[in-house]
This record gives sequence, structure tokens and C-alpha cells, in this order.
Amino acid sequence: MANGTTSKTQTERLQLLRVLGPAHIWALGVGIVLVGEYMGWNFSVGKGGMIAGLIACWVAGLLYTCVAMIDSEVTSTVAAAGGQYAQAKHIVGPLMAFNVGLFLVMAYTMLEAANAITVGFLLDTVAGIQGHSGLDQHPFIVLSIMFLAWLNYRGVLATLTFNLVITAIAFLAIIVLFLSVQFGASSVPLDFSAITNDPLPYGWVGIVASLHFGLWYYLGIEGTCQAAEEVRSPARSLPYGTMAGIMTLLIAATMTWYVCSGLIPWEYLGQAGTPLFDAARVTGNSWLMVLLFVGTMFATLASANGCINDASRAWFSMGRDRYLPSWFGAVHPVYRTPYRAIVFLVPIALIFALGAPLDQVVTFSILSGLLGYTFMTFNMIMFRNKWPLDTIKRGYVHPFHPLPTIVLLTLCSTAYFAVFLGYGTQLIAMLCFYIIASLWFHFRRYQFVRRGDQFTMPWPKPRGY
Amino acid sequence: MAYKPPKQGLFGQVFDVLTLLVLTVGALYIPLYMGLAGAAKVPNPVANPTWQSLGQNAAEQQQWAALGITDPAAANNIITARFDYSFSWVALVVMAVLVVGYFVLVVRLSDREYREVIEERFGEKR
Repeated sequence: MANGTTSKTQTERLQLLRVLGPAHIWALGVGIVLVGEYMGWNFSVGKGGMIAGLIACWVAGLLYTCVAMIDSEVTSTVAAAGGQYAQAKHIVGPLMAFNVGLFLVMAYTMLEAANAITVGFLLDTVAGIQGHSGLDQHPFIVLSIMFLAWLNYRGVLATLTFNLVITAIAFLAIIVLFLSVQFGASSVPLDFSAITNDPLPYGWVGIVASLHFGLWYYLGIEGTCQAAEEVRSPARSLPYGTMAGIMTLLIAATMTWYVCSGLIPWEYLGQAGTPLFDAARVTGNSWLMVLLFVGTMFATLASANGCINDASRAWFSMGRDRYLPSWFGAVHPVYRTPYRAIVFLVPIALIFALGAPLDQVVTFSILSGLLGYTFMTFNMIMFRNKWPLDTIKRGYVHPFHPLPTIVLLTLCSTAYFAVFLGYGTQLIAMLCFYIIASLWFHFRRYQFVRRGDQFTMPWPKPRGY
Repeated sequence: MAYKPPKQGLFGQVFDVLTLLVLTVGALYIPLYMGLAGAAKVPNPVANPTWQSLGQNAAEQQQWAALGITDPAAANNIITARFDYSFSWVALVVMAVLVVGYFVLVVRLSDREYREVIEERFGEKR
């Protein structure tokens, strides 16, 4: 009992700071995701062709609209660090929460690694253009991750304000490229003849297969709710920032597809490392090249920055609840950040960034995200069943329930099949990892968890228990 | 009576973290090292390639040139590479069973744990 009181007092003494507004939430969500427009999405064109890439862009947009609607309702009610992890803890149970925490950490850490790989690749490409080919990418990968981890260590307000600025510039760069090409700034014309000559190089199966990388356009938007404990008004800021974020991304994704598909042959586009920068190269306009170089750098840094923020919050939350050693649940006495979690995840990100190919890292991130979206479907149903609308006050109630849930589950099932087409081994390896980790948690780690402390919301007892 | 968890020593904490770390790294690197990862595209190069035989029109040729590729031979493998989407139905069923089985396992075990949490937080069901 004495221990419990002491622990409670310590938690009350050192908490994360509530300093963020809706613009920071927009910056966190769009900042993590916008890099998907600068790299990765184009592998969907490689998997199915230009038309398939566009359909994947919109279908994935529908999937993420469902994710944003569902997430906004639950998060505006469960306002705690860890986002979906805290939701799972209160709605499904500790093991599910542990798994969701791992989904988040894996998805964001892999995305962070992918961002660092892209920084190295971009600098290598630019060095090659300048006649200095063979640049060693490793120091840039390490420096990017270390610098952003340091920024995160020093405070959340500075971190996300930095994200707000560089994300806005990266978003504007896409708009400027789109408008410039429309108004004739490109020396090479837009050409969409492949749409009529070779519309579906793989047939209809290519459309399904392309959904795999279509998720990359928006992957991570759900990360907005990781900041729930650091937002001044979660019930207002989280739904507002998240929904504004998904709208921004839908616009940016469509413009990106249009410009890149018109300026780059689809066979090249399907395997390009930095498609928007390549599109700027094709225009032959030096100003656009510089702008898109800056845009790509800023988008990758903003994404890696947001990923460090989100992955560390999820790891911190699991440490605080003893799902992981409680040492990770510490808040920095001065900067009020989860500093141990931030530092611990740095070498893990480096292991992946320095040793694995980009498409593998992207696939692992997508898979973890996909498992998380599947969880959201039954989590939403259970949330409404255990606490119907009239039993607890929600900051936001999403319309048309359960339609978004059904659509989300259908699209998730299709996405599993899309990943299976070509990356089935990774899918099976990932599932084996989560099954073994689950058994490890249930039969070993859970003994260290305080049962009653896992439910902290001021809600009535759930129905059926 | 509230459940009192045992205290975990330093060795146990480090062991737990290392276990998770090994599992995580293994999940990514084992398929890579075994050569099972990824769906590499297979090129089907055309003999004596020209831009016409590779199906590239004048605008696309300009685009390739702007990307630094002026020789059709250099673009041959990129243009002719294709994924192989043939698959085994058995493998598909195995994947489906694994995905569904995984979620069923996690939700069922979670529910057992959740009942303990609710019981401790709110008292026993009457």
C-alpha cells in the first residue's frame, strides 16, 4: 500500500507537459505521414501500374478516413499518452495493449529508419548529380537520427514547433511543384499515355497488390493521439487536428500521383527512391529541384522527428505500466520528456536503418500499422458495446457507426492479401514475432503488472463484466 | 485483496528487454538472411533494345533522358522487370489462419486479464 502511494505521488509530481494545440497535432500527424508522398508510395505503381497506383491512393485514403473517424472518437475519450495503447488497455485488456504498444513502436521505429535511409539516399543522389558519386550514406543516417533524438529529448514543444514549420514547407513544395508544372515550368511535357497504352500491366490483381504500398501515403496519421497527454484540450484538438491532417494528405497524395505519373515513366517511378525529387529533376528547372530537395529533406526529418516522439511515448507508457521494465517509465526532471525511452530506441532505429533494404523496412512498418488498424475495428465495436453513447461523455462521436468499422475491416483484409502478394514471408515472420511476444507477455511479464492500475479512466464499470 | 506483483531485479529487467530485442531483430533479419524476404522483380530483357522495342514514346524518352538514362540498354531491366503474382492457395490459407488465430489468441487471453483488472478496480460482479 505504501509502495502504491509513493508511486502515485511520484507520477503526480512528474508528468508530461500540456502545451500543445490543434496546429501541433496537425503537424505531428501530417509531419509523420507527408514523407509518404516523397518516397515509398510509388512502389504501389511498381506493383500494379499507374491506374492501380491512383486507385490505391484513394482506397487507402478511404481506409485512413475510417481510421481517423474511429480514432477521433476513442482518443477524444481516452486522453492518455500511448494513444491506441491506452485505448486497448481500457477497452480490450492488457495483452492487447501490449501488442498495440509493440505495433506502434515497430511501425514508428521502422518508419524512422526508412526516413533516415531516404536522407542518405537523397544526399547520395544529389552528390552524384554534382559529380561526386559514391557518397558514404552512413554518417548522414546516424546524424539524422541522433540530432532528432536530441531534439525530442530536450522538449516536446520545441520538437513539434520545429515539425510544424518544416512540414508546412514540405507541403507547400508539393503545391508549388504541382502549380509550376500546370503552368508550363517543365521543359518535358506531362505524359499519361501509359494509362491508355498499358493501363493495368498486371491486370486486376495489380490493383489489389498496389494497396500494399498505397497505405504508405497515409501511414502514421493515427499517431496524432500519442500526444493526448500533452495537448491542452484533447477533446477539441485531437479530432480537429487529425481530421484536418487526413484532408491535407488526401490533397497532397492526389497531386503527388498526378505530377509524378505525368513526368516519370511508370516503370522507373515504380522503383524510384525519391519520386518527387525525380519529378523536379525531369522538369529541368533548377529552382524546382532545389525546392523539392529541401521538401524531401524536411519531409523525411519531420517524419523521423514525429516517429521518435510517438514511438518513445508508446515505449514510455508500457514502461510506466510495467509491461516493460519500469525504468523506461521515467520523465526527465527538467525537460519533462520520456527521455529513457527516447534514448533506448535510438540504437534500434539505427540497426534497421543501417542494415536493411528500404522496401523491407517499409513493409515491416506497414505490417505493424495494418495490425493496428485491424485492432481498431473490434476495439470500436467493444467500446460502443461496453460503454454505449449515453453512459460516458465523448469529446467526439463519429457518424454512421458501424459502417466505418465494416469498411475498415474489409479494406484491412484486402491489404493483408496485397502484402501477401510478394511479401508473404515477412507477413508470416511478423505474425510469428507477435505470437511469441504475446505468449511471453501473458505467461511471464504480466506477473509484474499491477492489475487495478490498468484502468485509470473515470468511467463506470463496463457492461457485461 | 489487490494483487501485489513481485519485485523484479536488475538482471530480470535486462533479460526481458534483451528478449524483446532479439525477437524484434530476428523477425526482420531472419527472413533477410535466409533469402526469403521481398518480392524481387524479375527482369525479362529484350535483345538489342531500342526505345521503340521497349514501348517508350517520344515524351517518355525525354523523361528517361532527364533522369540521366539516354541508352535504352540501361533502361532495359527497369522497363521489363515484373513481379510474379502466382501464389499457393495453401500458403494463403496458412496466412489467413495465422492472422485470425493471432487476434483470437490475443483477445481471449486479454479478456482473462481484463476480468482481473475490472474485478480489482470495481469489485466482483454481483
